[in-house]
Amino acid sequence: MTTVLVFLDHPGASLAKGERELLSLAGSLGDVAVALADDAEQTYLDGVGSYGVGECYRPDTEVSGVLVAGKAAFLAEAARTAAADVVLLGNSYEAKEIAARAGIRLEAGVVTDVVSLDGDLVATKADFAGSYTVDCRVTTERAILTVKPNSVDAAEAGTPQAPREIRVPVGELAPAARITGRVDKPVSGRPELTEARVIVAGGRGVDGDFGPLEELADALGGAVGASRAATDAGWIEHSAQVGQTGKTVAPQLYVSVGISGAVQQRAGMQTSKVIVAINKDADSPVFEIADFGIVGDLFSVLPQATEEIRKRGL
Amino acid sequence: MDEATADGLRIAVLVKHVPDAQFDRHIGGDHLTTVRSESILSELDEYALEAALQLVEAHGGAGAGHRITAITMGPAAAVNAVKKSLQIGVDDGVHLTDEALFGSDASATSRALAALLEQVGPFDLILTGMASTDGETSLVPAQLAERLGLPQVTFAASLELTPTDDGWALTARRDNDTFAETIEAPLPALVSVTDQINDPRYPNFKGIMAAKKKQIQVLSLADCGVQADEVGLPGSWTRVEAAEPRPPRSQGVIITDEGDAGIRLVDFLAGQKLL
Ligand SMILES: Cc1cc2nc3c(=O)[nH]c(=O)nc-3n(C[C@H](O)[C@H](O)[C@H](O)COP(=O)(O)OP(=O)(O)OC[C@H]3O[C@@H](n4cnc5c(N)ncnc54)[C@H](O)[C@@H]3O)c2cc1C
Ligand SMILES: Nc1ncnc2c1ncn2[C@@H]1O[C@H](COP(=O)(O)O)[C@@H](O)[C@H]1O
Repeated sequence: MTTVLVFLDHPGASLAKGERELLSLAGSLGDVAVALADDAEQTYLDGVGSYGVGECYRPDTEVSGVLVAGKAAFLAEAARTAAADVVLLGNSYEAKEIAARAGIRLEAGVVTDVVSLDGDLVATKADFAGSYTVDCRVTTERAILTVKPNSVDAAEAGTPQAPREIRVPVGELAPAARITGRVDKPVSGRPELTEARVIVAGGRGVDGDFGPLEELADALGGAVGASRAATDAGWIEHSAQVGQTGKTVAPQLYVSVGISGAVQQRAGMQTSKVIVAINKDADSPVFEIADFGIVGDLFSVLPQATEEIRKRGL
Repeated sequence: MDEATADGLRIAVLVKHVPDAQFDRHIGGDHLTTVRSESILSELDEYALEAALQLVEAHGGAGAGHRITAITMGPAAAVNAVKKSLQIGVDDGVHLTDEALFGSDASATSRALAALLEQVGPFDLILTGMASTDGETSLVPAQLAERLGLPQVTFAASLELTPTDDGWALTARRDNDTFAETIEAPLPALVSVTDQINDPRYPNFKGIMAAKKKQIQVLSLADCGVQADEVGLPGSWTRVEAAEPRPPRSQGVIITDEGDAGIRLVDFLAGQKLL
């Protein structure tokens, strides 16, 4: 039987959607255990157990005060103790780095950005900004995979019950960088970009006013994204940036508003299911990848669309 | 390459030669590797070069005995990434090239680069880009830090150095989705920087002329004490089994707003069952 260890980071009050997806994927591959670097609330632990997880591995010492190195050392020890064949993580920058370092410690191959995984552990991912689909196999005994959100359907949870806790020794760490300050960012109340079904994204054309985009996003139950031009201008948080150096997203619907469609922007959104583009310049490259394009002024098109959605009572 | 570090900072910047994303990029050949044509210095490594130059400028400039070395690993043409770095303003370059490196994944790349850095170092600071624009995995910097036992300060959106009693210390800011962190570490350290950190400069005429006189050291795997089977396809821990170009998105319907485009958009969304 395959043993799968799922690494859970930054536990909230209950399991996040991406975490439920990871646990479900793990359950489809074999026996599931989790590695949890930080203390979690009872409700969270009960939630983990409701996915059939028997063991929860914890470090014997605090590992989160240093950047990446501590969690990677802990994950490697947990994978050894659990005799895990497969280690699954989420796909945040931090998760990928934890995977990277644990990979060196365990002499295990790492595949990032996985969107599907077959029973034979062949992992599928997109390459070159979504212009290639690539199948990768890990050739070492143990495989470490970071999986993108929205790649698998989360299974129904069973009865809540906390898994058995097992402490693993982390040992001496090499010199590491310390996290000496932390400032929380304001939360928007809208869905997380990488998990959202609908994204309304704005660029330089928005000219500082994201209001009409937020209203459409709310009418569609979506998240608000941005091009780098818009985040660089300070009109919206950097974490809203979609593209090569921002988030890679693949929602059901991506509404691109006042964005020209540079390669670096496309890199983050061109695998979206349906793309709508609104731009006043008919020659904008974004129209090359749009399923529905509107040559027009966003300040008249968006409010009219939002109004129409409300009118239809949708 | 063995001056004492006490005289000034020795900074290594890792630069990669990658296919230009402005053109179609391909995967091919018997081993499904990146086809290297129309290649350039990875745009994201320009931020690491700029960060190095700014650190030197902030701490005494050219006369202060600091030295920045651009380092690349790759086939013959990869030296162009180093040449461009010399034009932008670094002091010298190193190119690790060897047929046995062909097909290296992140683990094998970090294996070779770690040996190279130990061979040509020691460095006080190793700077990298946040990701290569071809591999895009961001695995290499973290794996290098693990292999070299160095503090890892990755995805730095700001970076400062301060002299301490026994060397230097660095402070960086790192942005996560829901919070920003302040990171502190002593040197030596490995730092990857994001495109938020600065605005990279372009090479000017003077820089291009000056680059012609700068040294580039070319090394093989044997020079770094690495066996051929530790890297390349045999030394990699992952393998690409299939690679298919995605069919390009076909262009959809484009309309011009005649006063009702918002309504037509809602009709379209309803038709697609997206409401
Ligand atoms: C290393 C690197 C990394 C990068 N990473 C990213 C990234 O991750 N994400 C990203 O997005 N970019 C990234 N970029 C930047 C990218 O190259 C483009 O510069 C950027 O995407 C342009 O943003 P934009 O489309 O909003 O602005 P512009 O290109 O200026 O386009 C604005 C558009 O708005 C339209 N417009 C103006 N007014 C209106 C109106 N009233 N109604 C409708 N349309 C209007 C205009 O016709 C125009 O097409 C990166 C660049 C580099 C060098
Ligand atoms: N072959 C290489 N030569 C030099 N630097 C590299 C190489 N591969 C990766 N790097 C460095 O590691 C960073 C991240 O690359 P990657 O892990 O491939 O996304 C790049 O921005 C470079 O600074």
